[in-house]
Amino acid sequence: MKKLYNNQLYRLIVAHMKEIVREPAVLFWGIGFPIMMAWGLGIAFTNKTEMSREIAVIEHKGTGSFQKSVLEDILEHYPGKQKGDYILPLQNEKVGNINLTFHACSLSDAHILLKKGIISMIIDVVDNKIYYYFDPANAEAQLLYQLVKGVVYNGPAYYSSHQEEIKPLTVSGTRYIDFLIPGLLAMGIMMSSSWGISYTLIERRSKKLLRRMVATPMKKSNLLIALITARFGMNVIEAVLLYLFAWWYFDIQIQGNPFALIVIFIAGNIAFAGISVLISSHTSNPEIGNGLINAIVTPMMVVSGIFFSYQHFPDWALPVIRNLPLTMLADGVRSIFNEGAGMMNIWKETLILTATGLITFLLGLRIFKWY
Amino acid sequence: MNYIVEVQGVKKSFKDVQAVKTLNLSIKPGEFVGLLGPNGAGKTTLVEMIEGLQQPDEGVIKIAGKTWKSNTTELHNLIGLSLQETKFMDRLTVFENTQLFASFYHLGTERVNEVIELVELQDKKKAYVTNLSGGQRQRLALGIALLNKPSILLLDEPTTGLDPHARRGIWTILKNLKDEKKTSLILTTHYMDEAEFLCDRIIIMDQGSVLADDTLENLLQNYDGAHNLDELFINLTGRHLYE
Repeated sequence: MKKLYNNQLYRLIVAHMKEIVREPAVLFWGIGFPIMMAWGLGIAFTNKTEMSREIAVIEHKGTGSFQKSVLEDILEHYPGKQKGDYILPLQNEKVGNINLTFHACSLSDAHILLKKGIISMIIDVVDNKIYYYFDPANAEAQLLYQLVKGVVYNGPAYYSSHQEEIKPLTVSGTRYIDFLIPGLLAMGIMMSSSWGISYTLIERRSKKLLRRMVATPMKKSNLLIALITARFGMNVIEAVLLYLFAWWYFDIQIQGNPFALIVIFIAGNIAFAGISVLISSHTSNPEIGNGLINAIVTPMMVVSGIFFSYQHFPDWALPVIRNLPLTMLADGVRSIFNEGAGMMNIWKETLILTATGLITFLLGLRIFKWY
Repeated sequence: MNYIVEVQGVKKSFKDVQAVKTLNLSIKPGEFVGLLGPNGAGKTTLVEMIEGLQQPDEGVIKIAGKTWKSNTTELHNLIGLSLQETKFMDRLTVFENTQLFASFYHLGTERVNEVIELVELQDKKKAYVTNLSGGQRQRLALGIALLNKPSILLLDEPTTGLDPHARRGIWTILKNLKDEKKTSLILTTHYMDEAEFLCDRIIIMDQGSVLADDTLENLLQNYDGAHNLDELFINLTGRHLYE
């Protein structure tokens, strides 16, 4: 035992283990954070007794065809109508229960639901032919197609004789990339501000540079204004480059009011500049700062509907998620890009984001440690 | 007599630790004063209170007859300082860093170039700070401290960690400054030879109090048997200065 106690390899392992355990940030990111993410994503995708997937079914006015459509007959086998939507519960003990919700709506309403990420597939039934509209690049839509197709084929015999056709969605604003780019633009503002403002301030405090600067006649407010302005300038360049690339490579279009886009972009920058100043107001330890920034931005990155719709999260979480700054910014930018929104549609988000920025900035300034 | 720095009955505590205990001292214009003491003696706290970075719990600090309260900008224009291990913006050049600080004093490129020349960094003018050696960084810190031609220069361990050659470089700059007799210096240091070489007056501190305050000659005379500052410190405290 004594031999092991003084063994070189043993001592090296013990020394490294102690270093790991005695660094709270490492413990958080190594153990706490993965558990947190598992919980967050878990409740979004797995921890549901019943999973819900939503599909739009085109209701052709005047013909009443939806009522007589093949799907209606199928749905009659599974009665579950709620607020005008048809619920089709698919029960499977091993795979889990999935509720397919069919919204009967017009084509334009279906497009809006699609652009918002609420649905990923549209079904249209015309002359005994079923048309499935979805983005083939969207894996979730592909699965949904297989699922609905299975339902149709397993229905009464004459339905399965119906012809079907996949209509790939390539209309600007309805593809997955149309959903993704506005989200990435919003996320870029958050990431760039939090690292560019928060981390810079914390690092400068740790290097005693803030202390050195405030020992001169420099106006303290000028330092923060300069940092925020420089970051805003960078954010503009980053956003313009991202948009130009998306426009050139993916043919992404701004369908709404460009002025509204500028307004919400500025509001988003104000919000995240304020939050960044608050995050960086106290600590002078870059490792703690790193953890703080990640603890704020990473959950938002996951739940705010940047890469996938936040509709998958449980109903109780949705009001919280919808009011997160990143969600508001992403939803606002997305509505301008894809739904043709203007100032009237985004004024509420703009006001809340601006207020969030101003309040957090003033709060951060109040408790700001210059050294 | 007019003093450039007056410290009267100053006390400062951090939680349970009394960093500075009822301290009085006055510094004349043009005087070079060395603050000597081991780690934790209260040197940095005293210097930071003079710099206006810390508030004393009790007592008064006056710079050129004025307190920090309500004279902040004016006093900032009078002092120049170099903190222990300040790092400047790594990805800015020597010139750009100096220019940034010069803007705080509304000084132009001419003064920036003068200062860079004064601290002999002309060859490194376009070098990023991250690529400077320890000695060059300290010279940059000193240059930035001298930008506004301060009446009081406060240097907190400016040569700690430097090799003898780099230390000599800093000393030469400070010696030239001393000869001009326009600037007072408060220098904290662990190095006896530094204080002996540069300072008119030496203040020895330990545990927040002043143990001795006089010229080197008088100090050695008054404490029998001390041949140098280290021996003097042992006579006063029973410990070495570097402990």
